[in-house]
Amino acid sequence: MSASTLRIALVGNPNCGKTALFNQLTGGRQKVANYAGVTVERKEGRFTAPSGRVLQILDLPGTYSFDAASPDEQITRDVLEGNYPGEAAPDLIICVADATNLRLHLRFVLEVKRLGRPVVLALNMMDTARRRGIVIDVPELQRRLGVPVVETVAVKRGGAQALIERVDGEMPTAAPVQPDDADSRTDLHAQVRELLTATVTMPRATAEIDDALDRWALHPVFGLAILAAVMFLVFQAVYAAGKPMSDLIGGGFGWLGEHVAALMPAGPLQSLVANGLFGGLGTVLGFLPEILVLFLFILTLEESGYLPRAAFLLDRLMLSVGLTGRSFIPLLSSFACAIPGIMGTRSIQDPRDRLATILIAPLMTCSARLPVYALLIGAFIPIRYVFGVFNLQGIVLFSLYLVGILGAMAVGWVMKRVRRDKSEHALLMELPSYRMPKLRDVAIGLYERGAIFLKRLTGVILGLTVLMWFISTFPSPPAGATGPAINYSFAGYIGRGLQYIFAPIGFNWQISLALIPAFAARETAVAALATVYLVGGEAAGGLGHALAGQISLASALSLLVWFAYAPQCMSTLAVIRRETNSWRNVAISFGYMFGMAYAASFIVYQVTRMLT
Amino acid sequence: MKPPVRLSELPKGAPAVVDRVHDAHAADPIAQRLRDLGFVDGEPVRVVAVGPLGADPLLIQIGSTRFALRRSEAQRVTVRQEAA
Ligand SMILES: Nc1nc2c(ncn2[C@@H]2O[C@H](COP(=O)(O)OP(=O)(O)OP(=O)(O)O)[C@@H](O)[C@H]2O)c(=O)[nH]1
Ligand SMILES: [Mg+2]
Repeated sequence: MSASTLRIALVGNPNCGKTALFNQLTGGRQKVANYAGVTVERKEGRFTAPSGRVLQILDLPGTYSFDAASPDEQITRDVLEGNYPGEAAPDLIICVADATNLRLHLRFVLEVKRLGRPVVLALNMMDTARRRGIVIDVPELQRRLGVPVVETVAVKRGGAQALIERVDGEMPTAAPVQPDDADSRTDLHAQVRELLTATVTMPRATAEIDDALDRWALHPVFGLAILAAVMFLVFQAVYAAGKPMSDLIGGGFGWLGEHVAALMPAGPLQSLVANGLFGGLGTVLGFLPEILVLFLFILTLEESGYLPRAAFLLDRLMLSVGLTGRSFIPLLSSFACAIPGIMGTRSIQDPRDRLATILIAPLMTCSARLPVYALLIGAFIPIRYVFGVFNLQGIVLFSLYLVGILGAMAVGWVMKRVRRDKSEHALLMELPSYRMPKLRDVAIGLYERGAIFLKRLTGVILGLTVLMWFISTFPSPPAGATGPAINYSFAGYIGRGLQYIFAPIGFNWQISLALIPAFAARETAVAALATVYLVGGEAAGGLGHALAGQISLASALSLLVWFAYAPQCMSTLAVIRRETNSWRNVAISFGYMFGMAYAASFIVYQVTRMLT
Repeated sequence: MKPPVRLSELPKGAPAVVDRVHDAHAADPIAQRLRDLGFVDGEPVRVVAVGPLGADPLLIQIGSTRFALRRSEAQRVTVRQEAA
């Protein structure tokens, strides 16, 4: 490390805007959202100050006090104390405080000051503070605290100018180290009170708009009704807005594939391009709009501040199935992907609650399953309107998500039963102010999600699709063979082998085969099915059409239920291993989901067969 | 002034100030966290809302912060109600 690199750590209470500041300083794109516990890892970035000095900035998880209560808080504490493996304590600490909530945040500032290291205080959210008529006497605060104080607006361009100038200037002197014990902690509160009386005037403790919104959002009856309506709306919108665009993309690719194929000489290469690339990948790409609509809602909800309210409403219910309201946000993130969801559980203090949440997170329907659902629903469920407004396809989609949630509740309940340690669990969750999501941030978020999807598509999904095409095409049938060529390929043999396991739940050999690449990435099931049916020459008129002709309604429903519960993808298993540090949990997680998926699909298949 | 009552028994909307946080058992981490979050003698508190099932959890306003606490957590805090 060169002598001129200054190492700076951003610390503060949760949700005060540390990551927003980090992004502003480093040009980074770390996740910012309006609830406590967004950042759960240490993140590093650099920027070059006007003086030419290179500054290394660390973004850390928010923490209420150094008496760390959860794994993410522990990381912050370790980094600041120089106990984080492979890292010396930072040279300078930027303590970020929410200017609208100084009573809580100043206490932590005082706690940080006692570490005896150079500190700069950033009073963030000054825009909101001014709007609410909060007046802070900054020079007086600076004098009394004995550390430099600057005002920032982390979400406005140039809003960190004063901070950059201060950090780039002379190094502030450190306060003397002070011991940390119960008595001196009570002292801190007294000091905060004194500081507040001397330097801050607040016309009102809370924002009027928050109180007004909460009267409805947290109302015992209307609150639950609003929550249900919001969730239902999301799934209706995924269908109403996503589907037409999907059909357009899917159709476009089919057309393109035919025309490109027409230009090529017949042979394996033509088949690869037409069946594998345009047929397989094109079908998956078609589901991008649905995924983007889903993320539009998730991003908006995350920034609005509504999610912790939903957690508040659902806490009691979640407690009854062995979880906590705090599990709500990680579980909701799992609808995007189980991986960030499982990592997000680091903000859950209780290790038992955390493990329970990790184990059921993969039961939340992740966005990678959406293409599979959308394909089968499109092929088997008629477009019909219920009560004139609700699209039946949207309702089925909603029910599939519900099936996942109910399954998760059942699993949670069972886990609660077998758990021996029945001592108390804590909630202690802060509800943030409501915020209007900024169009620009949501757009950037959507763009990033789209980019991630395309990267998966051109990476792992492309590779697997080519592999699927290969094993469906080779070896060629022997001379004089009578059945379809694909029956003699590797795919035909593997698929038929797997059918011994999956026939009882109604999967034909093509579906059984497609389950293997789905283990690497869920969406690949769609690409694999498309490729197998196209190579087999049975997919004229699109994959949905082919499926509708080839498999029964019972098989389709069984497959839908299978994907609702099916064992998680490999990356999820790897994250479970990393987050819990135990292969046993990986085995439990994989095993119970396989058993559950098989049992549920078996019941659905057999019952539907009897009824139809 | 009335004698202190538990925060979990405070009626919704009634203004009160914190008396103290009691440890439910020796070295109670939840009680310590509550103190760190500002539940200390003399802080004004109010129950803003209650959960839909069994009136649990409680939404507590302390200073300008809103915390959701379960009843079992709120039981650790005693409060004084200002004489009406
Ligand atoms: N109005 C306004 N909002 C801000 C400002 N800084 C941050 N925010 C918002 O505050 C919320 C929290 O910001 P984050 O940067 O995620 O906060 P954090 O401190 O990193 O939070 P954790 O990682 O959970 O500890 C987001 O909704 C931001 O958009 C600001 O200066 N003004
Ligand atoms: Mg953060």
